[in-house]
Amino acid sequence: MAFDYATWLRPEMMPHIWCPGCGIGIVLKSLVRSMDACGWDQDTIGFVSGIGCTSRAPGYVDMNTLHTTHGRALTFATGLKMAKPSSNVVVMAGDGDSAAIGGNHLIHACRRNIDITLIIVNNEIYGMTGGQFSPTTPTGSRAATAPYGNIDPGFDLCNLTIAAGATYVARGHVGNGVFLERLIKGALQHKGFSVVEVMSNCHTQFGRRNKHPDPSELVTFIASNAVALSQWNKLTDEEKEGKYPIGVLHKVANRPEYCESYHRMSEHAQQRVRDAARKIAEAESMKPKTEPAGGHQIED
Amino acid sequence: MSGNTNGRVFWAGNEIIAEAALRAGCNFYGGYPITPSSEIAAHLSLRLPQVGGAFIQMEDEIAAMGAVIGAALGGAKALTATSGPGFSLKQENIGYAVMSETPCVIVNVQRGGPSTGLPTAPAQSDIMQARWGTHGDHSIICLTPLYPREVYSETVRAFHLSEMYRTPVIIMIDEIIGHTTESFAVPSDSELAPIQPRSWYEKHAAQNSWRPFHDFYQGKHIHITGLSHTQKGFATTQPEVVHASLMHLVNKIEDDQPKIELNEEYMLDDAEIAVVSFGSPGRAARAAIDQARKQGIKVGSFRLLTFWPFPTARVRKLVDDVKAVIVPEMNMGMLRGEVERAAMRRDVQLVGVNRMGGVPIEPQEILDAIMEVKRGL
Repeated sequence: MAFDYATWLRPEMMPHIWCPGCGIGIVLKSLVRSMDACGWDQDTIGFVSGIGCTSRAPGYVDMNTLHTTHGRALTFATGLKMAKPSSNVVVMAGDGDSAAIGGNHLIHACRRNIDITLIIVNNEIYGMTGGQFSPTTPTGSRAATAPYGNIDPGFDLCNLTIAAGATYVARGHVGNGVFLERLIKGALQHKGFSVVEVMSNCHTQFGRRNKHPDPSELVTFIASNAVALSQWNKLTDEEKEGKYPIGVLHKVANRPEYCESYHRMSEHAQQRVRDAARKIAEAESMKPKTEPAGGHQIED
Repeated sequence: MSGNTNGRVFWAGNEIIAEAALRAGCNFYGGYPITPSSEIAAHLSLRLPQVGGAFIQMEDEIAAMGAVIGAALGGAKALTATSGPGFSLKQENIGYAVMSETPCVIVNVQRGGPSTGLPTAPAQSDIMQARWGTHGDHSIICLTPLYPREVYSETVRAFHLSEMYRTPVIIMIDEIIGHTTESFAVPSDSELAPIQPRSWYEKHAAQNSWRPFHDFYQGKHIHITGLSHTQKGFATTQPEVVHASLMHLVNKIEDDQPKIELNEEYMLDDAEIAVVSFGSPGRAARAAIDQARKQGIKVGSFRLLTFWPFPTARVRKLVDDVKAVIVPEMNMGMLRGEVERAAMRRDVQLVGVNRMGGVPIEPQEILDAIMEVKRGL
């Protein structure tokens, strides 16, 4: 049966703002298909983003959508999830949004292990602002603010989020939508903080400056650098250069989820209040009646 | 709750704000530790779990403001508290709450600035930041209670106003108010602003929301953005729509200024000198006025409980009725400047009593100013 995209999209918001050939559409498609595959009701989904090309995604899908400030999507998402723990909260962010201006929020959301899924569309550049280098731009690449080549070393976002405490971390790329959908579905079903990094193409801002101006050629190049996790550890350090492992890189089930921990603490606090009230009532009932004969009120 | 007997309590200002917020139905607090506001967070970390609300200590001030807005969109009545440096960090997201018309309450327990300044000492130098701290044209509601009962009732009113006008409301107290412990009688429901769920406001305040009124998870699939947006909530660059939306943000508050305004007037009926103040210096002003009155000087007090929107019309009338205005404040003349603006070049003597060193203004300083002004009349 053909997938019913009309149910999930806001057709009146089309055309979208992304450049022809942009990888973000593939990620968004994989995301809504995964949500559908999980059987999620659109009304239970809070879809949150920050600022940048990727962050325009919520405007195009039919659910509760929140387009926030630069880098802060995870903070809004955290408040939203805490206010309504039964909801399904998903964040989509670019590499600059999540790892530069939002880097602090990224590591702390991982640390808390709050049940939110973060999809990072990593195109290794600031696209919307005009091609400045980001924390994932490869060293040596050219950017609008690195005309002599980027001297900054980049983050490995999967290693970063694993180290910070995320309990599901996966990486895919826009050259294989079917595989990506599987990774995202696993993230949505995971209880705890889940991260899917998607290697994507920005031929307009990154490719144009780095000998990959054609979108399909750039997607093919990105796909050619992907190595299945099972093969990754067989590579030498030299062979790993410029390549990246894909698949579910990290998945643990032994850490408590944040909202559940809070709920347990709150139940405990409420029980303590009930216990204290009961003790006071018992003490009151044990007291001898001190009311004077005649029962008149004592003025204080 | 400490020391609650027969409706009378013995609480510090920060504790009062926490308890009053709970009374108003606050069920979410997102914060970050900062002196001298931290007791608000500490108290709510104890109390919110007891009442089934949510408390979260975020990784920074910006995150705390983001979490508050997210929670509010999830249906919560949300609060955060901070002080100078944290208030600076929160400004972008406060603007987001203004733009997205998200009800929430922000407390600034003011300390000395700029920068780290005087973390443990009072100031009133963020009052302009409350108005203009975030970028872009907008209006804001800012309350400046002083006495414990006022801090309580104005905190409850802050939640009401934020829901009514679909806007962040800022409560500006200072270190003295936050840390002074006093006995007072907790107001009854009839003495407080309405305490209602958000659904009540849909009937009474829908006209104040440019975007669709609803929260998330109500089956409406709304879109919220900080971009200029249409009344459906979606981004637009159409000049006439953007213009209308900004006029809405300003007018919904400014047009209702008389309904929001609250002042305390004391011995002004026959006054030829008015002491105009807000917050802590208001206490010293009353003491100075009582002493001056004993010496036959006709002086009264006008104290603002709503600093923004500024009570321009009332202050203009006051300026017309007196010969001189004395403005004591723990900054270099922020309220005095607003009084001057309201006075519109009227012929009135305007005198500031300004102190920035982190110590309160003494009644004697205000009395000295009254005596000096009186000599010149």
